[in-house]
Amino acid sequence: MATIITIYSILTIGLLLSFWKSRQKTLKSFLIAGKAFLKMAPSLLTILGIVGLILGILTPETISKLIGAEAGYSATVIAAILGAITLIPSLVAFPLAGSLLRSGATIMTISAFITTLIMVGVVTAPMEIKSLGKKFTLLRNGLSFLGALIIAAIMGVIL
Amino acid sequence: MTTWKIFKFPIFLGLVYIILIFWLPNTAEKSISVAIDYAKEMFFIMPAVFVLMGLMEVWLPKDKIQKWLGTSSGMKGIFISFLMGTLPTGPLYVAFPLTASLLKKGASINNMVIFLGSWAALKIPQLMVEIKFLGGSFVLLRFVLTFAVIVIIGVLMELFMKKDSDKIWLGKT
Repeated sequence: MATIITIYSILTIGLLLSFWKSRQKTLKSFLIAGKAFLKMAPSLLTILGIVGLILGILTPETISKLIGAEAGYSATVIAAILGAITLIPSLVAFPLAGSLLRSGATIMTISAFITTLIMVGVVTAPMEIKSLGKKFTLLRNGLSFLGALIIAAIMGVIL
Repeated sequence: MTTWKIFKFPIFLGLVYIILIFWLPNTAEKSISVAIDYAKEMFFIMPAVFVLMGLMEVWLPKDKIQKWLGTSSGMKGIFISFLMGTLPTGPLYVAFPLTASLLKKGASINNMVIFLGSWAALKIPQLMVEIKFLGGSFVLLRFVLTFAVIVIIGVLMELFMKKDSDKIWLGKT
């Protein structure tokens, strides 16, 4: 909800300014928007389909079973992979991570999960590729995944 | 042929859903309700994001973007990208089209990786929730480490992407 309000307030201000300065340029920006939207529409559908499937199968209960069941490095790697392929809103993810931590998961595992969850988006990759190119997307997600593992390792040692 | 190519993934996923409905009706029900939830979110957010992107393409002055966010913008560029990313603006996929238009206007890859990274991982409202459930020291350490990692990834990507002189996103849209 907050997202929608923020984006639409920024948009309203932008549109008012734009109309006031040049009607023609505003129309042009609508044309650009329409074209980009059409280009992106199939990947939006794909993302919705995949998100539904993944979250239908990987429910919070399943995730806690998978991460909580084992200790040690394998749990950390599993957590990192689960974080990378799921797309969970932070309002659900943080309480889940908190309860996993209390039920015995290590700091390393939880930080791996949280960090890949927010930085790596396998599901949204089709959209990222459409906007920013294949190489950019693969590099950003790949490096973020490695980075997340490093962050997790350091956090496990310090905390 | 081209229409088929464009919609082959959505059609394939549709088939998976149909199979799932008969095979595992409980999972299917859950999946469909999740997909509908996200569809609602995207339906409200995406049109605004695309119009915003259109406005950026039309109005943002190329020379200014190059100066503030280009390859020679230095610490100032990093700071601006970080600040833009931490604004409370929603899911990461919203940022992709916006990043594309900033790149087109001459922002550096380094800065855009920082922008995307902070957008994803260092959002103020998100940090509040995180502190509540995982504690202050966890979040502080994650914040510092994540920021450092994002800056390093930015530098690396700038290096890797430099080799390709033809930037894919420049031609399209």
